[in-house]
Amino acid sequence: MHSRRLRMDGRRVVDGFGAGEAVVSRQAVSFFGGVDPRSGVVIENGHELKGQSISGKVLVFPRGKGSTVGSYVIYGLRKYGTAPVAIVNIETEPIIIGGCVLANIPLVDRLDCNPVEAIQSGDWVEVKGDTGTVWVTKGRPQTQSSRQYR
Amino acid sequence: MFLTKREERILEGEEGEARGLAMKLLVAIGDAYEAKRMIKVHSAQISGVSYKTIGEPGLEFLKEFSSKGALARVRAMLNPAGMDLTRWRELDVPKEFAQKQLEIMQCFRNMRIQPTCTCIPYYTEGTALRGQHVAWAESSAIVFANSVLGAYTNREGGPTALASAILGISPFYGMHLDEQRIPTHLVKVRCKLGSELDYSLLGFWIGRNLGSYLPRIDGLQEVSSYDELKALSASMAVSGSIPMFSMKKRADKKRENETIDVDREELLEIHYELSSERQFEHVCLGCPHLSLKELRLIARLVSGRKTMKKLWCFTSRHLRDIAERHGYVSTIEQAGGKVVCDTCMVVSPIREMGVSGMITNSCKAAHYLRSLNRIESHLVSLEECVRHALA
Repeated sequence: MHSRRLRMDGRRVVDGFGAGEAVVSRQAVSFFGGVDPRSGVVIENGHELKGQSISGKVLVFPRGKGSTVGSYVIYGLRKYGTAPVAIVNIETEPIIIGGCVLANIPLVDRLDCNPVEAIQSGDWVEVKGDTGTVWVTKGRPQTQSSRQYR
Repeated sequence: MFLTKREERILEGEEGEARGLAMKLLVAIGDAYEAKRMIKVHSAQISGVSYKTIGEPGLEFLKEFSSKGALARVRAMLNPAGMDLTRWRELDVPKEFAQKQLEIMQCFRNMRIQPTCTCIPYYTEGTALRGQHVAWAESSAIVFANSVLGAYTNREGGPTALASAILGISPFYGMHLDEQRIPTHLVKVRCKLGSELDYSLLGFWIGRNLGSYLPRIDGLQEVSSYDELKALSASMAVSGSIPMFSMKKRADKKRENETIDVDREELLEIHYELSSERQFEHVCLGCPHLSLKELRLIARLVSGRKTMKKLWCFTSRHLRDIAERHGYVSTIEQAGGKVVCDTCMVVSPIREMGVSGMITNSCKAAHYLRSLNRIESHLVSLEECVRHALA
């Protein structure tokens, strides 16, 4: 099967390159109390991603919410090796920016289309933080494994 | 955003790894919010101090960051920690928790950050003056600084306030700009506000209804005390993310596009929602931290009597020292109460300390204890709280 590669242009927020399978949420994400840094699993009750791992994934969600301690949780994810390889937001905010700077995770927002709708969980997503560019390959390719570099 | 030559060099890491990382963080935020440049700040107030909130990831970050030689360049203060730093043993704080908390304190001390451990830095002279730009992270103190002191601060978080402490600057956007500080909504208070609890309820209602908009509140100016405005500031930053309110009689610019009325009925609705009718064994006061005036009132009410319930009064070490010299602390403690400092009921391991429900006068505490610890509260005014403790 031939897979399509879509390009989206957004805003660079935190530099770096990350590629991996997408995990998409339509709900805002609170890292403080919402994500377990040791396992990289979403633990917030009632959240659509509850029970899912974000480790090694490209995490796509509208925006951050909750306590600014969330930045330290993102740092913890990196420390324990459970961090996402990149983050894509509709419109980001200081908790996520802070966490991504401390943890060296590429972060892009304000894409020319709504990433929460255009990207589906399981799609292959490449994020170039330095330019704000995102490529989406529909359906999961066979041979790729998630990666990140700066 | 525009950076000076020096700022660019810091960003390149020429003044060390820690300052480089701090600059990278502030530049990323400044760029995202379209700040034109950085602005000098006079003080920084850092949140995320308690081990209960920042946990292992926060402690590990602080250890790593402080080991890289980061030092505060402006007056830098801390939010409350997870325990009274000297009397934690008598308050049943678990030993492992205390150990971690002391490690956190050591990291901050290494960075030359003052262990003030209070959410009301503005009750200490000169922390923020009218017209000064600061970088504060405690949500209630942010509202107070912008609205009552006339200082300028954005709603910072733990990491950004720490970066500002190290660098002495903050991105120049949002609440640092005069044009962003014009009220958007007029709130008309139709009822008389009796106690500080009424102010707390009003703030909670405003926060819930205005989200992050800026209210001008009609009916406060001449009648409100610092303590009442402290209660108001705290709760509007809990149910909403309001950075500032105004008490001006007249709107200065035509940005107010809506007027909303609030009456006793609205305040009772909030009270009904947050307050349990059950009676509890702990009376906790000091969210935000108690002022000297409030400690005096408590001392007067319990003087010569014995408390039948546990009465914990949370304040800063600075104010406790002054209260001690006035004799308020000994009066309260002879009656069976405790004047606890450096911490509060929200950021201490309150369940482990034996609290399963509390009587308090703070909507902020009631809200957080319910959502973070599943602990219910009975909400009454400060005077009523003390009466409960004696009954």
